[in-house]
Amino acid sequence: MSIIINQVSKKFGDFQALDRINLEIKEGGLVALLGPSGSGKSTLLRAIAGLETPDTGSIIINGKDATHLDVAQRNIGFVFQHYALFKHLTIRQNIAFGLEIRKHPPKRIKQKVDELLALIQLEGLGNRYPAQLSGGQRQRVALARALAVEPGVLLLDEPFGALDAKVRKELRAWLRRLHDEVHVTSVFVTHDQEEAMEVADEIVVMNQGHIEQVGTPAEIYDHPATAFVMSFVGEVNILPGVAGLFCNLPTSQSHVYVRPHELDLLHHEHESSTPATVKRIIHLGREIQAELALPDDFVVFANLSREKFAELNLEAGQQVFVKPQNAKSFADLHRAVLS
Amino acid sequence: MQLNKHYLLVAVAVGYLALVLFIPGAAVFYEAFHLGIKPFLSAVSSRDFIEAVKLTVIIAAIALPLNVIFGLCTAWVIARNQFPGRALLMSIIDLPFSVSPVVAGLMIVLLYGRNGWFGGFLENIGVKIIFALPGMVLATIFVTLPFVAREVIPVLEEMGSEQEEAARSLGASDWEIFWRVILPNIRWGLLYGVLLTNSRAMGEFGAVSVVSGSILGKTSTLPIFVEQAYKNYHTEAAFGAAVILALLGVVTLVMKEIVERRVHQH
Repeated sequence: MSIIINQVSKKFGDFQALDRINLEIKEGGLVALLGPSGSGKSTLLRAIAGLETPDTGSIIINGKDATHLDVAQRNIGFVFQHYALFKHLTIRQNIAFGLEIRKHPPKRIKQKVDELLALIQLEGLGNRYPAQLSGGQRQRVALARALAVEPGVLLLDEPFGALDAKVRKELRAWLRRLHDEVHVTSVFVTHDQEEAMEVADEIVVMNQGHIEQVGTPAEIYDHPATAFVMSFVGEVNILPGVAGLFCNLPTSQSHVYVRPHELDLLHHEHESSTPATVKRIIHLGREIQAELALPDDFVVFANLSREKFAELNLEAGQQVFVKPQNAKSFADLHRAVLS
Repeated sequence: MQLNKHYLLVAVAVGYLALVLFIPGAAVFYEAFHLGIKPFLSAVSSRDFIEAVKLTVIIAAIALPLNVIFGLCTAWVIARNQFPGRALLMSIIDLPFSVSPVVAGLMIVLLYGRNGWFGGFLENIGVKIIFALPGMVLATIFVTLPFVAREVIPVLEEMGSEQEEAARSLGASDWEIFWRVILPNIRWGLLYGVLLTNSRAMGEFGAVSVVSGSILGKTSTLPIFVEQAYKNYHTEAAFGAAVILALLGVVTLVMKEIVERRVHQH
């Protein structure tokens, strides 16, 4: 089912959680709502679910105005950050809950629960209680429970937020595979840009109740529409647009944005290069990061491949020249990133 | 020296408990049974005693469900909503704990008694509240009002609203959410509240005695029966009824222990 968000606003007291949001989510997509806390991403998800009512605007699900429909009537599945499993019910009973509410015949329920237990690879654990499962297992049960009623839309609120890094990584890949099998229109909220890039077909970057950009992971990373997107998605050096620093750029813009791996280090001066001193060498494993001091004490980070690093033979204290391969500046003054 | 102090403290504590708890408790049973089982049996089979038990059970049977429903609604409203006056509402619910039961009884007399605010109106339509069952039920409801809400609010708060939201997203109605999700989660807290409400409802003396008029065989509950029998030198009857009340207390205590353990397991 497709979802159309039309001019949706929501305020909590004085806090503008959503400010005239417009968004279209295509049928069958796997979309990430990405943003820092307080950006409105969870509120938007809960508004789609019907767990929050927008102050203004409308939400169209599958061509039907759902703005004032109750959660129960929207045919959505919702997965919570802290699983929200029914503690007093077994895993089987949890998964069967929605089917029992819909008064499906017991035989059909049993069959469906078996199918879903196989899908989430917890066949042997159907009679356990949620407290006896690990976090990752619980979240898979929560997913199965939401999928049991065959919802038109699957909504996931920071689904991996409460899990440790390793389990999170496994579950991400699993969710991606699951979506490729089940094809249900899915929207998930995350503050982790890596997670959004890895799992989603399309990313909606949100900030302070606004949508900053909608695009594929590649579009978001390579062609950020705003200063906020550039700095929130991936690492970035932010420099004041002072004349003389990277002087091939229009200096009228207030700041210049350069990704660390898009800075070239040279031993000799070059057109549009800037002299710098190597302050520190940081080994990141696959890459080497150099902390560089520019004139006027501006600090930038440059990421180099191991080969490049070996070729340059860098040491702390050394004089080098920095040349950006790619630098951006934005007409809009970014709303709040410099931190 | 240290050891002596230690023993002294234990002796003081045990002595104190013996004086106020063990000896009086034992005395009740001794007085009821020291002439054998016969006086006890005749006391508990007297008409007035049976009427008192009946009345006590009826009052509890009306007050308990009403306070359970009220307590559940209040607990949910307080636990699930933030609104101005929330803290005030919580203290108002606790009011019956801080008001003397006698004052509570007096309040009801002042409202519904013959010369009370609603007295004239009630007399005209022929409804009797004071010196009758309705007044005693009102008094009992008042003194037992806070128990259920107080026990259920923290359990609801600890449970959080996510399970309810999950049930709603799965298509459950409010009614289904209550029976299938909320009730199983709060059942031990609720049962604890019910136990406390019941034991207080059956044991309440002050408020009920003010509104009842204490007519033996008519508006006398168990605690009132004890007082009246004792005043009229029917010592065996008084202690016989006291034994019943004491046993009720013991049963409540045991059940309370069991339930409390379950509450803390969850």
